[in-house]
Amino acid sequence: MSKLDSKIPEGALEQKWEKYKSSVALVNPANKRSLEVLVVGSGLAGASAAATLAEMGYKVKCFCFQDSARRAHSIAAQGGINAAKNYQNDGDSTYRLFYDTIKGGDYRAREANVYRLASVSANIIDQCVASGVPLAREYGGMLSNRSFGGTQVQRTFYAAGQTGQQLLLGAYSGLQRQVGLGTVEMMSRHEMLDIVNIDGKCRGIIARDLISGKLERHFGHAVLLCTGGYGNVFYLSTNAMGSNVTAAWKAHKKGAFFGNPCFTQIHPTCIPVSGDHQSKLTLMSESLRNDGRIWVPKKQGDTRKANEIPEEERDYYLERRYPAFGNLVPRDVASRAAKERCDAGYGVGTSKMAVYLDFKSAIARYGHTKAVTQGIHNPTAEQLKDFGKQVVEEKYGNLFEMYEQITGENPYQLPMRIYPAVHYTMGGLWVDYNLMTTVPGLYALGEANFSDHGANRLGASALMQGLADGYFVIPYTIGAYLSKEISTKAISTDHEAFVKAEKDAQAIIDRLFAIKGTKSVDHFHKKLGKIMWDKCGMARNEKGLKEAIAEIRALRDEFWKDVRVLGSPNELNPELEKAGRVADFLELGELMCIDALNRSESCGGHFREESQTEEGEALRKDDEFAYVAAWENKGDNNYEIHKEELKFEVIKISQRSYK
Amino acid sequence: MSHGNMNLTLKIWRQKSDKEKGKLVTYPVQDISPDMSFLEMFDVLNEQLITKGEEPIAFDHDCREGICGMCSMFINGRPHGPKRGVTTCQLHMRSFKNGDTIVVEPWRAAAFPVIKDLTVDRSAFDRIISKGGFISVNTGNAQDANNIPIPKTDADAAFNAAACIGCGACVATCKNSSAMLFVSAKISQLALLPQGKVEATARVKNMVAQMDEEGFGNCTNTGACEIECPKGISLENIARMNREFYVANIKS
Repeated sequence: MSKLDSKIPEGALEQKWEKYKSSVALVNPANKRSLEVLVVGSGLAGASAAATLAEMGYKVKCFCFQDSARRAHSIAAQGGINAAKNYQNDGDSTYRLFYDTIKGGDYRAREANVYRLASVSANIIDQCVASGVPLAREYGGMLSNRSFGGTQVQRTFYAAGQTGQQLLLGAYSGLQRQVGLGTVEMMSRHEMLDIVNIDGKCRGIIARDLISGKLERHFGHAVLLCTGGYGNVFYLSTNAMGSNVTAAWKAHKKGAFFGNPCFTQIHPTCIPVSGDHQSKLTLMSESLRNDGRIWVPKKQGDTRKANEIPEEERDYYLERRYPAFGNLVPRDVASRAAKERCDAGYGVGTSKMAVYLDFKSAIARYGHTKAVTQGIHNPTAEQLKDFGKQVVEEKYGNLFEMYEQITGENPYQLPMRIYPAVHYTMGGLWVDYNLMTTVPGLYALGEANFSDHGANRLGASALMQGLADGYFVIPYTIGAYLSKEISTKAISTDHEAFVKAEKDAQAIIDRLFAIKGTKSVDHFHKKLGKIMWDKCGMARNEKGLKEAIAEIRALRDEFWKDVRVLGSPNELNPELEKAGRVADFLELGELMCIDALNRSESCGGHFREESQTEEGEALRKDDEFAYVAAWENKGDNNYEIHKEELKFEVIKISQRSYK
Repeated sequence: MSHGNMNLTLKIWRQKSDKEKGKLVTYPVQDISPDMSFLEMFDVLNEQLITKGEEPIAFDHDCREGICGMCSMFINGRPHGPKRGVTTCQLHMRSFKNGDTIVVEPWRAAAFPVIKDLTVDRSAFDRIISKGGFISVNTGNAQDANNIPIPKTDADAAFNAAACIGCGACVATCKNSSAMLFVSAKISQLALLPQGKVEATARVKNMVAQMDEEGFGNCTNTGACEIECPKGISLENIARMNREFYVANIKS
């Protein structure tokens, strides 16, 4: 306990952040010019942080492994971004967004952080619109909103099904502006391989230039890890192929505690796996649940085509089980319900591991509305369908196209087949209120930290958190640290700590090449993914988790004896990049299982089969587990747990219900 | 689960580095499933190469859902292959027939030098954006997002231009290796929005100047870029950029 100080400011919840902002130490402009900040990652959190810190006057270097900052995986977020603007006049407020997020996270997040997130949410929308992000608008010229899961208001802003793309390109343009001004040095095709600590503080990183293969040393007065989540530990996920845990994991091994590693989000609506060749899974945005209805046949093992099953023989199980929220229950609830139906033999499609997401009623409903607005009072069935299709196309066109490209089926005619898939990780590096990890000077932002989503993230909240951390939180909180560093001169990268860190990174690369084994990196990654999905996926139990730990250890040993990495270290070598990342996943996977084993309650996305209500809902054990599990790496794959107790001073903690 | 039933002959550009000469190398692949994406077919091939002890083919890819813009293969003479409106990662093998020979090359343009095999350097695009593809608004400057109403048609048109993924297919397909579609998409997006009008003059001049400096060719209105763009970015954007450019020059 003693090692964790969350540094939550005193005072009433609503005033904590305001008071903090007006009392936090500042750094004057002249001093900012001599303070260097390294930002690792260029997604929403990284790009917005790098640009904003540079605008403020800090010297910034930003790193990404892709060929351009614009390609970070935030770009793939589809549905939207939440903000408590209450433009719809439907009763939204900062408090409601805060409340929905805490409840959605199944009471496993910090009140103070979440309240701050909710209170800066409106500023994010203002900032994005000012920087030219073309969010969807109504005919009156005002911004449009839609609903997302786990809420009863419309607070989600969007840009068709490409909200992440538009927000990231907005943040990227701000970043490129600073690059043009010479205040940010952009290091694309660079991968961070380690952090460098000097006298107990993080003072830089070791990065590999992915083209030349050369290891580089970079000094910074502070280092920001904005490196996203670790869903790719499951091999198949909605993450990009390159998304990895290496930066966070290396930091963890150098002293940064890892918070709630087992909290994984399995997204309910993804295109199902079609074969062994599959390399990744594709999400169908949660926004589709605004208009799509989820169902399976009432009869087990029904082999009829979807269109041949009459209305009365369909089980709209979410509407049946959760009448108050219906198809818009939170993701963890929707995912488990789909798994329950498929496990019970009601699944559809060739694999029987899928459920339908059907737009027939929406097409009919929109068809009527559009016919009326067009002044057509006796529309034909064809006209209705056409009109309805037009409206649905305008809302979700790109998603429907994507679905058709991948599956070869037309979702305007047949319902989509969907199944849950790994999507996001709520766990991540433990950070205090300042977003600082347990290593002084090392921060974690966005999905890379553990802080705001508890045990389950609500839809459209990842974009909100990434930009909140980068645009509005770190620019203040970093001052608390850097104001004390103004007399620290830049440390030479010839310092022994840099030399040693580079040597260690080189040793790992040399070791990988020296194995000269027989199996590809993907072989091991797929095996690890299967263990994780089967035993640390949507449902977990003690026996399975114990088996998984043993299996991962064995697989890790095999990897270090038999992996084959071809080519040389001094060139562009994608296999080497993958090998380093999978080596880290092989350690992280074990810690995730250890954490899942320790937490013998169910909460949010973490479902322990031993802990459920009679109706099969997740059963929390608040007296035992109302804490953040922050794991310290003790070396040689040994871990020690530290607990940060969660205090709920404003919200009354209760069993979550969406019925 | 699907089973593979296609056998194909691949002719793939192999080039060790920008300093060495490259060549097309032939690789047969068997048992390819029509449900595989083109890149998953490459995964299969690379797995085979690794087993044989040959170095796998380097190619750029990341999100594999058609939005990051990283994948970039020139397939049978067309960027992102034969299907319109898709990136290579979203191209599926059902678009090919059993027995087909498929030629795969990197993007070819002087401004996009080859790094290795099918990987090219597209950092020229970033440098163009850094010359003006933004609105100069610092964090904290913004007013309420609904203070300036924007007509839906303008917002939608700006969005359509902003949908560009920066993949470079337009440059790769253009006989002049022109980057006009890419540059004009960003200029259009910002020109259509009231927030972007303040800096419009400087933006178009600086971005066009950088585009020329990077060595991209001129536009001769053949329209191949629009056809091959996986995101359907329209030639109208080039017309709009030209107007912006003339106006900017008259103003100064």
